[in-house]
Amino acid sequence: MIAQSHASGGRLLFSSLAGLLLAIAPLPAWLAPARPDFLLLLVIYWSLSAPHIAGLLFAWLCGFGIDVLQGPVLGQHALAFLVVGFLTHKRQLQLRIYPVAQQAAAVFVLLLVYQFILFWLDGVVGSPVTSWLRWLPTLTGALAWPLFSASMDTWIRRRY
Amino acid sequence: MPTLGSDSRPIIGRGPSLWARLFALGALSVVIMTLDHRQGYLEMARGWLSMLVYPMQSLVDLPFRSAASLRNYFADRERLQRENEQLRGELRVANLQSLRYAALDQENRQLRAIRAASADIQARTAVAEIMRVDIDPRRHRVLLNKGGADGLYKGQAVLDAHGVFGQVTRVNRYTSEAILVTDAEMATPVRVNRTGLRTLAIGSGNFEKLNLPYILSDSDVNEGDLLVTSGLGGIFPPGYPVAVVAKVKRKQGEAFAVIDAKPAARMDHARELLLVWFEPPSADEIKAAPAADSKTAGGRP
Repeated sequence: MIAQSHASGGRLLFSSLAGLLLAIAPLPAWLAPARPDFLLLLVIYWSLSAPHIAGLLFAWLCGFGIDVLQGPVLGQHALAFLVVGFLTHKRQLQLRIYPVAQQAAAVFVLLLVYQFILFWLDGVVGSPVTSWLRWLPTLTGALAWPLFSASMDTWIRRRY
Repeated sequence: MPTLGSDSRPIIGRGPSLWARLFALGALSVVIMTLDHRQGYLEMARGWLSMLVYPMQSLVDLPFRSAASLRNYFADRERLQRENEQLRGELRVANLQSLRYAALDQENRQLRAIRAASADIQARTAVAEIMRVDIDPRRHRVLLNKGGADGLYKGQAVLDAHGVFGQVTRVNRYTSEAILVTDAEMATPVRVNRTGLRTLAIGSGNFEKLNLPYILSDSDVNEGDLLVTSGLGGIFPPGYPVAVVAKVKRKQGEAFAVIDAKPAARMDHARELLLVWFEPPSADEIKAAPAADSKTAGGRP
């Protein structure tokens, strides 16, 4: 479903910077817990649409960026991003041909894996967050996926 | 690009396999986490990285900052007058209170002089602003726009206009991170102002609530009691309001009362904060203090 594209390193860098900004942009307090992890969606998207550019190192660096901006401990989000990137790369041939609904379901599972790794590492580090709200971005992320991937498709096919 | 199998790397110049990359980068993350968490070896690297992301944080903060300054710039005469009047009124009240405070302070000094223990009240303060950057919605932490370059240090007390706000946990060059007293990982040493009973106020993860889990059922604590910093622990200067007791529940047969308090600081509204340089009393002075008040609560379990 992802056809002729103008994927390039420049776009990769630009979009990941935008993703980082979205991760820290202030939202009203009632909305903030539901903020989807756009940067992770981006990593999944790029790993599917341009796997030869966006490898595991890209996923890891994005996670590390989140660590520097928000993490209680460096390396935590990097590891979680890495695992999600790996799973996406492993399954990319299937994921790419899935219809949108099924793709969103797969993304839901990936986000769940991501959140679980964070949850586990929070516990290891000794600052657990046990609120149920922490699983909310998983749901909103999966719901946002169809629109997100469609708009990325449009952007990536545009020639400047 | 036609790829066979589930390998996404280019056919020519493949480099290490996906699994090898996963393990290499995974091991790297674990090493970084260990160094950062256990030993704190990465303070320096943290400092450099924080410089790198500072432009991004400023960029996110910028619209709010410029909106505020624009509002000030175009503020109309009437509003300014109204604001001026209101501030004048508040100042009058504050002046009156500080007159009384001056007298009390004088008296306090004399009493201290008699006891020959002169734990002086701190002098140096600075104002910092909260940057509108979301650190983690599940944790009560904020980013301040002052850092090591302004002389901040780790563990420093942070107040707002109404009471104790939190404590600095990480100092970068131009920014610093503070933990709020309402964070679930935070414990603040407090004293009930009326009775002098000392205990700990534990954050609840809710902006409107602090828990006081270490108060015995038969101790004298009522709703409406003011909790002030006790100065124990040497982080917060003593005597600043922390919270007001909101709810006291005593159950028959339970050793500890269930007590909630409402923080005095405006946790979710504050924007400008006060940083305090506080010299904790030396060990001799602590020893010199009478070892009464055996009702003191224990530390965190």
